[in-house]
Amino acid sequence: MQYLLLIYGNEAGMLNTSKAQAEQMMAAYGAYTEAMKKAGVLVGANRLRPTSSASSVRVADGKTKVLDGPYAESREQLGGYYLIDVPDLDAALSWAARCPGANHGTIEVRPIWVM
Amino acid sequence: MPRDGDHVREAAERVARNSYGKLVAFLAARTRDLAGAEDALADAFAAALTDWTANGIPRNPEAWLIAVARRKAIDAGRRRRSSESAVPELRMISEELAEAADANMPIKDDRLSLMFACAHPAIDPSIRAPLILQTILGFDAAAIASAFLVSPATMSQRLVRAKNKIRQAGIPFRVPERTDLGERLGAVLDSIYAAFTEGWCDPGGIDSRRRNLAEEGIWLGRMVTALMPDEPEALGLLALMLYAEARRGARRNDGGEYVPLEDQNPSLWDNAMIDEAEALLLRASGMGDTGRYQLEAAVQSAHVVRRRSGRSDWAAIERIYDLLIALTGSPVVAINRAIAIAEARGAAEGLTALDELAGDQRLAEYQPYWAARAGLLAKTGQIDLADQAYEQAIGLESDAAVRGFLQQRRSELKRLSPH
Repeated sequence: MQYLLLIYGNEAGMLNTSKAQAEQMMAAYGAYTEAMKKAGVLVGANRLRPTSSASSVRVADGKTKVLDGPYAESREQLGGYYLIDVPDLDAALSWAARCPGANHGTIEVRPIWVM
Repeated sequence: MPRDGDHVREAAERVARNSYGKLVAFLAARTRDLAGAEDALADAFAAALTDWTANGIPRNPEAWLIAVARRKAIDAGRRRRSSESAVPELRMISEELAEAADANMPIKDDRLSLMFACAHPAIDPSIRAPLILQTILGFDAAAIASAFLVSPATMSQRLVRAKNKIRQAGIPFRVPERTDLGERLGAVLDSIYAAFTEGWCDPGGIDSRRRNLAEEGIWLGRMVTALMPDEPEALGLLALMLYAEARRGARRNDGGEYVPLEDQNPSLWDNAMIDEAEALLLRASGMGDTGRYQLEAAVQSAHVVRRRSGRSDWAAIERIYDLLIALTGSPVVAINRAIAIAEARGAAEGLTALDELAGDQRLAEYQPYWAARAGLLAKTGQIDLADQAYEQAIGLESDAAVRGFLQQRRSELKRLSPH
């Protein structure tokens, strides 16, 4: 089964970390991604630019509305994702627990709905 | 060979009772589709009543039901044919239909795997026990709802949601690896105990559905210990439930009034059940790894010493509660510890221990806290405060018999009063 691991974290906190801390975090993510590749579970992954770069679009009454910023303001923001292919939820949860982001924020694990 | 309908119905009920969960687990293990397995099995049981009446009861009723349920599931899959359901349905046909055709093959018992799926950490804890009652024992949502005091519609909805979660999120039907087993087994045992205590909350056994739930809890406990004989906490839980069930007959007097443990007549306890509990606890203690259920069972063991000595071993009970508090940090355990201290060392010391809990908000609306407090205040001569505490306890109690007992105790305060 495929699962999307959505990495939520406090963006403001992340942007204010020291250079050393940021480098350490990048290295941790690098190792995590490598481990997923070695295990043969990685389908895709990406980091997202901060929500300050987000635009939200809605169409109402035939009019397109573009808003500057994310869809919803919240304490934790989506910062990236991993798409993995593993046998079951237990395997997905154990990969989620290894994600460096799990120590600072929340990893939401969502099964892919095959259409 | 023609058989009469009663005979067939009995046979079907016997299979349902002993094998229902096994059949559901077997059907759903690969597809993870519990609702589909339950529907198919219901159809198979309905077909059995007709077929077995006409053709006699098959030599292997479980295999017969599986074969029919499988065909029903495949038919249902064909009818649905959405892309989501077609894949597991087709896999089931190719992989397993051949196996099931052999009526001599014993059905693999996947009930433990099913229970671990129902008590998975990704399933809301409050729905785990109802889910186990439904999928392992075949209880309908209405029966479970009445025991858990929610509306049938709500219970039904929550069960459907949990089953969808198991299927869609890909929760595995599997006994976890050794490293996770302790915690995960704990969740299974907690669910069984939740089912049992829902049943035990009706100590008079007036509500047959609830009484039934206590028996089913014990049945599930036996099943787990049979399938995992080397897990001391599973043995501890079974022992705990048996100790409690053994006292059922003594918890009400002839007038239907509540009788607290210390006033119960030990000759009304079920000795065979207690002896079985003692043996289980002894076996568990030889395995090391003492947990919550073994400790709670040990408390019960120290109470049934009364059968011989006429008095519970309160000093031992206090020591066991110390261990339980260290393990659970539960304020409920702390109340019981204070009561044990009062019995072992005097009411004043018990009250001091209870005072330490006074700030805990979780206890403000907890009846046993106020009842314990009232009892100890009365024993130390603080009649007015005892009266207030009893009033609080009475106002928080939902069981009429227990409420009546507390009101009786409160009225007895007047005799103690200096006024």
